[in-house]
Amino acid sequence: MESIRAVLAQVPDPEIPVISVVELGIVRSVEPHRVVITPTYTGCPATRVIERDIRDALDSAGYRHVAIETALSPAWTTDWISEEGRRKLRAYGIAPPTKAAVECPQCGSAETEEISRFGSTPCKAQWRCRACAEPFDLFKCH
Amino acid sequence: MASLPPIDLPSNATGSGAFDTPALEEGPALFEYLLRLGDDALILGQRLGEWCGHAPSVEVDLSLANFALDLIGQATHFLDRAGEVEGKGRDGDALAFRRDVLDYRNCWLVEQPNGDFARTMARQFLFSTWQKLLFRHLLSSKDPLIAGVAEKAVKEVTYHEELASEWVIRLGDGTEESRRRIEDGLAWNWRFVPELFESDPLTSFLAERGIGADPAAFRADYDARIRSVLAEAMLDPPADQRPILGGRRGHHSEHLGHLLAVMQFLPRTYPDSKW
Repeated sequence: MESIRAVLAQVPDPEIPVISVVELGIVRSVEPHRVVITPTYTGCPATRVIERDIRDALDSAGYRHVAIETALSPAWTTDWISEEGRRKLRAYGIAPPTKAAVECPQCGSAETEEISRFGSTPCKAQWRCRACAEPFDLFKCH
Repeated sequence: MASLPPIDLPSNATGSGAFDTPALEEGPALFEYLLRLGDDALILGQRLGEWCGHAPSVEVDLSLANFALDLIGQATHFLDRAGEVEGKGRDGDALAFRRDVLDYRNCWLVEQPNGDFARTMARQFLFSTWQKLLFRHLLSSKDPLIAGVAEKAVKEVTYHEELASEWVIRLGDGTEESRRRIEDGLAWNWRFVPELFESDPLTSFLAERGIGADPAAFRADYDARIRSVLAEAMLDPPADQRPILGGRRGHHSEHLGHLLAVMQFLPRTYPDSKW
């Protein structure tokens, strides 16, 4: 039987399906009888979908007895997104969260600017590259 | 700050409804406090949702919808927890959709109509500045749910405050018309600020127990922040007006009923529907 962690690593984020819930850093703890997850944003509608997707994945892998618990504290932060997760975000066209200069995921230029603090989901902002003129999503530092 | 005193409330009001003082016991007091926190967020979230598809630009539309999402997320947590504390089988949805005006505990500021974009931003600026300071104080709440939501939400509300402050500055230091509009918006909302800082037996009771926060503790920080943004916007603070109080006891403006009619219509017409 696959380990619980291996099962979770196959569950994609519903809004950004290229990364898994593990890479997103919302799986806080994996124990034989419970999994603890933490929501990204307080009102993110994906939170409930994520919980359901994890439930389905655990059930079909034979882990019906494993409970899913939600912890609000410590609050999720983008620091918990794994290196692999960041690489996948960039390859998907979303600039990963950074405290340094934002680099265009298309051409790599740091000549970028914010268009809007908010984007298609609570976790993203809209940016634009001044070098290649492409607009792109930035996963906000949070 | 105010030139006229607030209206005296009857000291002997009992039962359930406007002007009542909740029992000062930990359970009922916490229930009441969670309603205040949850209702502020829910009602402002609903108001901001009214902008969806109507904002001046698509970026602003997205911003306001995202604010609404954050606020409704807060409300869901607070009202679900209020239902648990109450212990009568109500969850957040039941509290949001099956209470009437007199049972709502939000402040007057959040239920005010959107008006034009400037008035909406003035309201947001006055509210988010307050809410961020409140949540910072609630980080150390002994109630784990309140502390947990505060920890998450303080980061989100920081965005709200920044964006609203930037708009106050942009409009105030913009054209003649934008300046006139933000002045009007601030003047409209100004009389609802004292209510945000109202201390009553409930806030004192819960602050003493380390569960709630006494808003008087951050009044000076609030005033300083508001003054600094207004100065940058080249705006004078509006003249003080008679403060309007009562939302925390269920006394509301006529606007709340209209808002609830829209918000509650569907769940009341088709109770417990699922899709």
